[in-house]
Amino acid sequence: MTNIPAEYGLVLAALLFATGLVGVLARRNIIFILLSIEIMLNAAGLAFISAGSRWGQADGQVMFIFILVMAAAEVSVGLAIVLQLFHRLKTVNSDEANTMRG
Amino acid sequence: MMTLFYISAAVALVSSVLAISRSNAVHALLYAIVSLLAVAMTFFILGAPFAAALEVVIYAGAIMVLFVFVVMMISSGPGAVQQERKWMDGRLWIGPSVLTIILVAELLSVMSASDVQMRSGPVVESKQVGITLLGPYMLGVELASLLLTAGLVGAYHIGKHTEKNPQTKDANHD
Amino acid sequence: MELLWLIPALPLAGFVILALAGARMPRPLAASIGAGSVGLSALIAVVTAAAFFPDQRAHTQNLWKWIDAGGFSSDISLTLDALSVVMVLVITFVGFMIHLYATESMSGEKDGYSRFFAYMNLFVGSMLLLVLADNLLLLYLGWEGVGLCSYLLISFWYSDPANSRAAMKAFIVTRVGDAAMAVGLFILYKEFGTLRITEVMNMAAAQWSSGSTIAVAAAALLLGGAVGKSAQVPLHTWLPDAMAGPTPVSALIHAATMVTAGVYLIARMHILFTLAPQVRIAVAVVGATTLLLAGISALAQSDIKRALAYSTMSQIGYMFVALGVGAWTAAIFHFMVHAFFKALLFLSAGIVIDALHHERDMLRMGGLRHQLPLAFWCFLIGAASLSALPLISAGFYSKDLILWESLASANGSAWLWAAGMAGALCTSAYAFRMVFLIFYGKAQSEASYRIAVHSGLRTKAPLIILALLALLAGFLQTPESLGGISFFSAFISTALPSTPTIGTAMSEGTMQYLSGFLSLLGIFLAYIFFLYNPDYIRNFIRKPFGFALHCFLSSGWNVDRLYDILFVRPFIYAAQTNCRDIINLFFLLVALLHKGANRVLCASQSGLVRKYAFGIAAGAALILGVVALK
Repeated sequence: MTNIPAEYGLVLAALLFATGLVGVLARRNIIFILLSIEIMLNAAGLAFISAGSRWGQADGQVMFIFILVMAAAEVSVGLAIVLQLFHRLKTVNSDEANTMRG
Repeated sequence: MMTLFYISAAVALVSSVLAISRSNAVHALLYAIVSLLAVAMTFFILGAPFAAALEVVIYAGAIMVLFVFVVMMISSGPGAVQQERKWMDGRLWIGPSVLTIILVAELLSVMSASDVQMRSGPVVESKQVGITLLGPYMLGVELASLLLTAGLVGAYHIGKHTEKNPQTKDANHD
Repeated sequence: MELLWLIPALPLAGFVILALAGARMPRPLAASIGAGSVGLSALIAVVTAAAFFPDQRAHTQNLWKWIDAGGFSSDISLTLDALSVVMVLVITFVGFMIHLYATESMSGEKDGYSRFFAYMNLFVGSMLLLVLADNLLLLYLGWEGVGLCSYLLISFWYSDPANSRAAMKAFIVTRVGDAAMAVGLFILYKEFGTLRITEVMNMAAAQWSSGSTIAVAAAALLLGGAVGKSAQVPLHTWLPDAMAGPTPVSALIHAATMVTAGVYLIARMHILFTLAPQVRIAVAVVGATTLLLAGISALAQSDIKRALAYSTMSQIGYMFVALGVGAWTAAIFHFMVHAFFKALLFLSAGIVIDALHHERDMLRMGGLRHQLPLAFWCFLIGAASLSALPLISAGFYSKDLILWESLASANGSAWLWAAGMAGALCTSAYAFRMVFLIFYGKAQSEASYRIAVHSGLRTKAPLIILALLALLAGFLQTPESLGGISFFSAFISTALPSTPTIGTAMSEGTMQYLSGFLSLLGIFLAYIFFLYNPDYIRNFIRKPFGFALHCFLSSGWNVDRLYDILFVRPFIYAAQTNCRDIINLFFLLVALLHKGANRVLCASQSGLVRKYAFGIAAGAALILGVVALK
């Protein structure tokens, strides 16, 4: 049932990662940036799973669980920060969070 | 099996692309959820049912829902979509696309450099995952729990509304 | 001999005390310390010389190790031999006389009384270090010390900027010579690994062949230093301007002692100069040129001290001529006698200047011999000694010895002798010109009528003692035909080689008659032109040619203008062209580069999250690219 070449999984992971990266770089809305980061994390998890599946061990899934945990913690803290930012700047434009004069 | 893999991969890709390019935040979130479900399907095909379940339950079911809540909270009303369209310039996509294409090319070339024919192995059941998790990776589990605690405390503290809010954006200009 | 170190130490201690506490001392105390330290030093010098007489071997007293670094070591050690005995006695004794005189002559100063004596003590201490030094580095220390004191004392009245300029000119011109001397010391150290004088000379005699390039180079560089310090052509322009200082300074530093440091250096390093005949000839030529140039210029001076300065230059030229032909004894003998009569002349001139309320122009003086009898007689004795008046003055014996040696010694030449004789004529002419202008004739200005003489024992006693010496000191060394006393040359010959004389067409006696005749002729000419019929000269000067000649001569043959055009103007031009400092541009470039880089980097700190994320992605792409392409 599982005779998929592992490279295909890795290729898919790479493409998903790239998509997420484009989203991070091109969007101004903070929510979208965070969303794109989640897509990237998901792609990384996919890479781990396909690697674990190639060797037939559980380590890949274990890594995926850790990634999931980390993503959860990061999302919660990140969204809390977004809320605070919105409270102060009254906007979700990431360009507004800039007091540099460079 | 291969066709199933191709279909789910295509769905994942397309919905991700759509997710990052919508002007409406909720639409984008829904597309992202679809993408996550398609990736969960891919996990199944690759012989990782436990991971697939976790993906659906935690990632698509908790994290994305959290996103939805926050979007609801800070949505700026009817003008939000217009504003989003205004921010999304066509020319803005060129640079990131170029960079990403370069990155993908490098990644693929690195991956294809190894000429070992990798075929995936047997299905890895949840029981095996559990034994591995609570055996060799015990330390990781503890660290993960610490991380979650930290996330909990941090999210609570940062997200707290301070009534006074004396500082403005220009407070650091001294 | 154990007291040798006290000789330079006492004046230096006097300097320290006066420098630290002099301003708060009452004047008599400062004067006692200032003059007393030199006096004590003179006493100890006499005692040491007396102890030296019996065996006349060179004694060395090593005080302590001064430098010991990387293979180079140098000590503070003092050597006493016949040459340094003579120098020390002259320096301390004449110095003491002049200090005594200065305690009274400087009492009119509002402030700076103790400062004066502090500097003078430092000078005497440095000069004594110079002549007693066992190695060239200590000698150089004393050399620089006297140069410093010369600067400090010329600009003693520093509130007048002209004095400061004169002091700077003196320092800078002698610096040129000092730099040459330093390079010479470097060459000597590199060749021999040591700077002790006896070792250097022994090694040079053993290793260097006569006339070799390295010997010529080292000797020529040392000659450069001597020329600068002794105000010979071409580094002589500072001495006439240095007369801006007080009279005791001019007497001690610029007549009797400091300017003879060059003579001492050449005499001390005589083996080096013997090994480089070209340089020795150069010494004699420099001396001859200077004595003629300065002697002729002295005829046209109107400032009494400038005339005496040119006279000093000229007499040191005689000493250089003597050194150049290898007549070491004659040079040192003339140095001693010159110290006596030149100090006497300066001190008497000081009395005249003080009495006329700081009037220094001789053409405005006249007829003072009745009103200032002591000054008159002392000045007359000094001028007689300067002109080498036959038989009765000390200058006769010393100058004749030089003239004879320049003709008759193995390295002598008729040209040098002819220059010396012409110089002798000029010398007596200008010396007695001064006598006649100041003390004879009619008073030329009102200043002569308002004489105020305030001189006590401390002024009179040094003058009388120096006058006696100017008359009698010559009898230490008389030629064959007049007694054959060779006390001095026998004494010096333990330190310096004696000169072989070859015969000439002229005998010594004939030459003495000739030189005596010339000196009397000079007096006569001075009488004719400056006393009997002074209008002749005055009318001559009014004519254009006469006026031009007068200007040319009185400015010292316009050497100052020459140096101005050759060196000063191009330098100022270059400095002004480079006022933005091209070299600095290089360093500015570094700063500009940094500013540019800063601007570029500032642009990267935009504060936009997207741009930062882009940076991270680009970095990842870069690193992956490196991995992929490997």
